[in-house]
Amino acid sequence: MNRTDDKTENKQPVGTINLDGAEVPFYYGETIYQVSQRYQSNIPTLCYDDRLEAFGGCRLCIVELEGARNPVASCTTVAVPGMVVRSKTKAVEKHRKVLTELVVSENPRGAKIDPLRGLASQELGELAARYQVKGDRFAGKQSGTTNTADDNPFILRDYDHCISCYRCVRVCAEQEGDFAISVMNRGFATQITTEFNQTLSESACTFCGQCVQTCPTGALGDRKAMRAESLPGPIETTRSICPYCGVGCSVDLMTKGDKLVGIRPAMDGPANEGALCVKGQYAFDFVQHPDRLDTPMVRNDAGQLVAASWDQALDRAAAGFARIRDKYGRHRVYAVASGRAPHESAYTIQKWIRTGFGSNYVDNCSRA
Amino acid sequence: MSNPLRDMEKPDVIFCIGTNMTECHPVAATRIKKAVHRGAKLIVADPRKITLAEIADLYLPLTVGTDAALLAAMAHVVHREGLIDQAFIDARTEGSEAFFEHLQQFTPRWAEDICGVPAADIERAALLYGRASAAAIYYTLGVTEHICGVDNVQSLCNLALMTGNIGREGTGINPMRGQNNIQGAGDSGALPNNYPGFQPVTDPANQAKFERAWGRKVDLEKGITKVRALDQAVAGKIKGMLICGENTLLSDPDRAHCEKALKNLEQLVVIDLFLTETAQLADVVLPASAWAETDGVFTNTERRIQRVRQAVKPRGQARPEWWIVSQIARRMGISGFDFESPKDVFNELCSVSTLYHGVDWDRAATGAYHWPVPYDGHPGTPRLHEDEFPIGRGKFKLITYRDPAETIDESYPVWLTTGRRLQHYHTATMTGRSVGIDYLLPEEILEVNPTDVQSWGLKDGGLCRLSSARGSVDVRVKATDRSPPGTVFCSFSFGDVPVNKLTGSGYDPTTDTAELKVCPVRVDPL
Repeated sequence: MNRTDDKTENKQPVGTINLDGAEVPFYYGETIYQVSQRYQSNIPTLCYDDRLEAFGGCRLCIVELEGARNPVASCTTVAVPGMVVRSKTKAVEKHRKVLTELVVSENPRGAKIDPLRGLASQELGELAARYQVKGDRFAGKQSGTTNTADDNPFILRDYDHCISCYRCVRVCAEQEGDFAISVMNRGFATQITTEFNQTLSESACTFCGQCVQTCPTGALGDRKAMRAESLPGPIETTRSICPYCGVGCSVDLMTKGDKLVGIRPAMDGPANEGALCVKGQYAFDFVQHPDRLDTPMVRNDAGQLVAASWDQALDRAAAGFARIRDKYGRHRVYAVASGRAPHESAYTIQKWIRTGFGSNYVDNCSRA
Repeated sequence: MSNPLRDMEKPDVIFCIGTNMTECHPVAATRIKKAVHRGAKLIVADPRKITLAEIADLYLPLTVGTDAALLAAMAHVVHREGLIDQAFIDARTEGSEAFFEHLQQFTPRWAEDICGVPAADIERAALLYGRASAAAIYYTLGVTEHICGVDNVQSLCNLALMTGNIGREGTGINPMRGQNNIQGAGDSGALPNNYPGFQPVTDPANQAKFERAWGRKVDLEKGITKVRALDQAVAGKIKGMLICGENTLLSDPDRAHCEKALKNLEQLVVIDLFLTETAQLADVVLPASAWAETDGVFTNTERRIQRVRQAVKPRGQARPEWWIVSQIARRMGISGFDFESPKDVFNELCSVSTLYHGVDWDRAATGAYHWPVPYDGHPGTPRLHEDEFPIGRGKFKLITYRDPAETIDESYPVWLTTGRRLQHYHTATMTGRSVGIDYLLPEEILEVNPTDVQSWGLKDGGLCRLSSARGSVDVRVKATDRSPPGTVFCSFSFGDVPVNKLTGSGYDPTTDTAELKVCPVRVDPL
């Protein structure tokens, strides 16, 4: 459930505003931007992340508000009954185009970021395409310099692409509560960094990857996913649940062909609401690791485990359990189900014990 | 958990005991941090100065294994100060009079001597919890992995019952389950005392129900737990075992005993992704398809039923466990294993489980259902016990503190407590094979208080030998204030520091859960 749902749950609208000529209801505490999102008004943003306190930094979401002298940022302006809002006028669109040009001029390669870098990494590129800007109009100084010293295996810190939207700083503080990322200097000297300008591993960073996933330019990149940049084919995603602790975070598995290339947090995941930890975000290589068992194995007469066919292995397993049951009795075979495998695994295991042996000699691994 | 995860942001007072949540359930911990930021008061009871302790309003550094004493004294203060919820007690509970009488003896002063927490802080914790309009308890294995694990949980229940902090938003008794589908494994009936849906095997009506469903009468007697089964394997009584997806040799207490048990079997069959230490002892090893290669269902710690989906082809000849087990059953001539898909299996589970009766494979895909979902059309139950307990009235339990199975002495003068770390998971079969994790945590370390490092003649970064009555391991020392003087910490994630060679001093008499959180040891420099 996202924040918007939380706010609307079991609540009645408190009034209406006029949005581009239509009377639309809003709920207590909602901003103009939040109201507009329900009506596909397509207001652009760059510094906005639904999970974070509105920042009002990028000014792309400005709208005309009747009675206000200047356009207002819709993400920080709370709806009040009777407001008349125009989100699509020529004037605001022109303003947005100029702002986009200014931002893109900071970020000349902005439109060519590989989507493997992160969930939000295409936002600036999409905006540049929407307003058909290249960034040459205001070309000049740029803020942020790529940190090449930080060799951590997870998070690329390619600040040449940074536009100082502070989404990484804010997600680390507000969503994670880790406060590992901070800002140094001002103006063109602005630099996203850590406390004391260290590497991330020397900071309070837990490598949850949230900063990477919210970065709208790919300045922060998922180094593990980026290993697959040269693999051919489109990125496909499959919704699933993280295989680690019991919180049950929703994730999207990124694949290229038959290769699992990365993990994305699901913003609409009910348990995690977009959050992940270092394990869920980055510890997935075990799935396609060379150590995986390729074939069944059975112990031979010399006492060694050797590869076998499924028929050989299953017959051996079945015959062994049947022999024990028939020779010694029903209470001589025991089964332990996994706390990591799905329900279908545990269900068949307990059913096998109960219907095959008539006993309750089954457990799972929760006692140790 | 009695309450949903989203309730974690709602309490006025949060009481975390025996849960290193920022490392073991990091995403849930973000909700605690948000609640604290919003102004909720956080009480943390833990022997180690974990990250949660650092953000707590009140930190109670108790001695390992003394939770029941701390909780009894907190209940004593709540009662003495008149902070009980009499209306809730009258309407929803029984046995309160005997309980309050029993509490008289457990003064904070008495508890201080046992648990090492200053009496004044016990008073403060009790007042905070008792005065809250919504107080929630969160705990993990720091509460349960003791010989008195059941007593500890019941002590927490007593606190919640006497203050009416159950069945409402932002309250509850909330165990954080440690593995992705450990809840689901129990839900599915992989327990010696319960059929699927926690239906007791000792109830003849359940026996009859499952005989109708499965065509076979199952014992009315409970089975034995895994711990007892391993004992019986050593004794030569259990002759065959099937172990699925568990590296028993590294994760279970008393490795020597465990190894003896598995080697003594006539047949050990292991289903796993890897040739783990446990699989290396097997007669037959069967390759399972992994997460991301399998369609199925997980249930999380808030009882939410969710679908996992296949994204890539299984490795080599690997097959899903339900297929493997069904094949073994069919080859033994056992009927009822004609499943063709995980959907068939899950829908059969739903048909026999009272908790899952109103869900099926397609509804599980929405991720919207918390069990119990007792019938078709039921919306699920995010919050338990809102109107009634499954047993009717909540029962106060008279708990008396007991020492751990083994206590420190001249030979073993240091407390060892074990657990997980953020970067690794269990015996590292998965995290150890994922690129980059070793950059964050390349090897196991023993966390030792700096004063102990000095007085025991250790060197920060040097090796030491850790010994208990059952064995010894060598491990690198890290000086840190996270460990209090006299207590050391180590995880069980690294095969070259198999700390469970040392553990295994005792088991809870009700659940057979091992006392993995307390083990007297000696620490010698190397």
